[in-house]
Amino acid sequence: MNRISLLLSCLLIPFVVIAQTAEEKGLAIAQEADKRDTGWKDQAAVLHMILRNRQGQESTRDMHNRSLEVKGDGDKSLIVFDTPHDVKGTAFLSFTHATKPDEQWLYLPSLKRVKRISSSNKSGPFMGSEFAYEDISSQEIEKYTYKYLKDEAIENKDSFVIERFPQYENSGYTRQIAWMDKSMYQPLKIDFYDRKNSLLKTLTYHDYKQYLGQYWRPDRMEMKNYQTGKTTTLIWKEYKFSNNFTTRDFDRASLKRAR
Amino acid sequence: MTVLSKYNLLRLCAVSSLLFSAHVSWAVEADFSGYLSAEYRYFSNNAIDSRQADNNYSLAYEPEFYFDWPEHKQSLTFKVFARYDQHDHERSHIDIRELLWLKVTNDWELRTGISKVFWGVTESQHLVDIINQSDAVENLDLEDKLGQPMVNLKLIKDIGNFDFFILPYFRERTFAGVEGRPRTQPYVDTDNPVYQSNNAERHIDYALRWSRNINEWDVGLSHFAGTARTPRLVAGTNASGSTVLIPHYDLIKQSGLDVQGTFDAWLWKLELIRQTGIQPDYYASTFGFEYTFFGLFDTPADLGLILEHLYDDRSDLAPTPYQDDLMLGLRYILNDEQSTELLLGQILDRHSGAASYNLEASRRFGDNLKLNIEARFFSNLPVTDPTYVYREDDYILAELVYYY
Repeated sequence: MNRISLLLSCLLIPFVVIAQTAEEKGLAIAQEADKRDTGWKDQAAVLHMILRNRQGQESTRDMHNRSLEVKGDGDKSLIVFDTPHDVKGTAFLSFTHATKPDEQWLYLPSLKRVKRISSSNKSGPFMGSEFAYEDISSQEIEKYTYKYLKDEAIENKDSFVIERFPQYENSGYTRQIAWMDKSMYQPLKIDFYDRKNSLLKTLTYHDYKQYLGQYWRPDRMEMKNYQTGKTTTLIWKEYKFSNNFTTRDFDRASLKRAR
Repeated sequence: MTVLSKYNLLRLCAVSSLLFSAHVSWAVEADFSGYLSAEYRYFSNNAIDSRQADNNYSLAYEPEFYFDWPEHKQSLTFKVFARYDQHDHERSHIDIRELLWLKVTNDWELRTGISKVFWGVTESQHLVDIINQSDAVENLDLEDKLGQPMVNLKLIKDIGNFDFFILPYFRERTFAGVEGRPRTQPYVDTDNPVYQSNNAERHIDYALRWSRNINEWDVGLSHFAGTARTPRLVAGTNASGSTVLIPHYDLIKQSGLDVQGTFDAWLWKLELIRQTGIQPDYYASTFGFEYTFFGLFDTPADLGLILEHLYDDRSDLAPTPYQDDLMLGLRYILNDEQSTELLLGQILDRHSGAASYNLEASRRFGDNLKLNIEARFFSNLPVTDPTYVYREDDYILAELVYYY
């Protein structure tokens, strides 16, 4: 697709859907979602995670994170673990990139050691949960190719249903199907299909709230794994914007004193 | 950022306003954490010295107190380690791991007090890491460190970070006592160490480090001038007339380079040092890789393969057992809710065939408990190998740790 048609589809969506392939329309929806979620600059939040196995036994994790929007590239983010207590103070620094591999460092407080780690672990579980690293990493347009499937309402919310195919290496998925809310341009639900193209997980987003008069963030995310019977609830609290974070808050020196 | 009750906050505000002048912001955050550990070690062979035991219980406690003045970008950390050991009076000890005031600005960071610093990238040994003394009575792997008094200024520059250290007080290495295991034969008497410097432990050491990340590469260059952290152990007689090993601490200079290249699932690692002062001057290095099979056989588990070559150009004169050795390691990470991990390592001397085996496993139970299992075995040790003294000190350790 050339630049002009890209531009046109951006301008015309959602008013005109004529003469547009399903791929073009899928991409246009992703671009509109990206455009609406650009300009938030920085964000901090507190996270609470509840892991449940098939028998319903629960374990929890607490962490807090901060992220910095990087124009024209993936975001920078820092996650610090508060519980379980044995990993308290462990910090995970990530420079995400749209196409080239992410850069990631882990800080181990007991050894005071900063370890550069491989970012190939995209499909690996984050903290033993049903969220993979690729599920929590920043969503850049270039990471997928898209295909519009249909319009459908879920829970009385009109949505675009789009299929997206990971273009980055080491993804655990062949494809994802996302239900994008037509008014927020945020996902309400995503189905993940594994490398054998069978349904692996469903992620649902709940209780969106708007911040800075523009940016929608969910208060809760539910991930269900059909193959293991495990679920993970991710609760977001204390969203804070306009923290005046700089790259200095996301360097290796800052990792060593992250609390 | 920290987990904190409102009541604690109010109490601390009161305390902090007493400690600091009134114009310092009273917005202080506090955080108390730490762990309690109960450890059992079983030594499978009879001890060489009849004063040593085959079974050993031990308790340890490490509380940490942290205060943070976010608006002023300052913090205060206080961390103490205490161990009680059933048999070894040298292993029963207390150490201030940290008592540190930290001030952060956009261009620099200043650390004043007692703290710990880690440099390096490799797994089998840590050649470049030299700021802190090893609390060697804790574990033969020398990864436990004693708190080091320091003033550390870090300058944040576009061309990398520069760290300057003034280290005003030297910490002696700890060694197992007469009843302790594993230990050298004869034991190390730490009562009368010999220093090259007339100022003994008050000799002021200096260090400098530059480190930088350039895409796939993380690079560090360092230089240290001061008292060697690793003593020469010289046979002698102590006050009561027994034959013992006496630590000799020489003045050395050590330059170090550490590099890691991260390419997909490959981590390529190099540590290289040049040490002068104790004759002969020497080079030593660790070079190797870690490759990880992520999502092994379509499970959530990862299997890491570690291969490192340990080299010391003093060859058989080297007081280290690692002159030309290979370390092969397997790291198995289950990525389950209990964070179960297993590390198997073997270090093999390419000339003598001497080998040491090492197993470390850990698993969390509930939110606060963690079980660690560790085993260390030696085989084929020739009399000339520096680890020959540990030939009967194979052991298995089980440790239950309660974190809060």
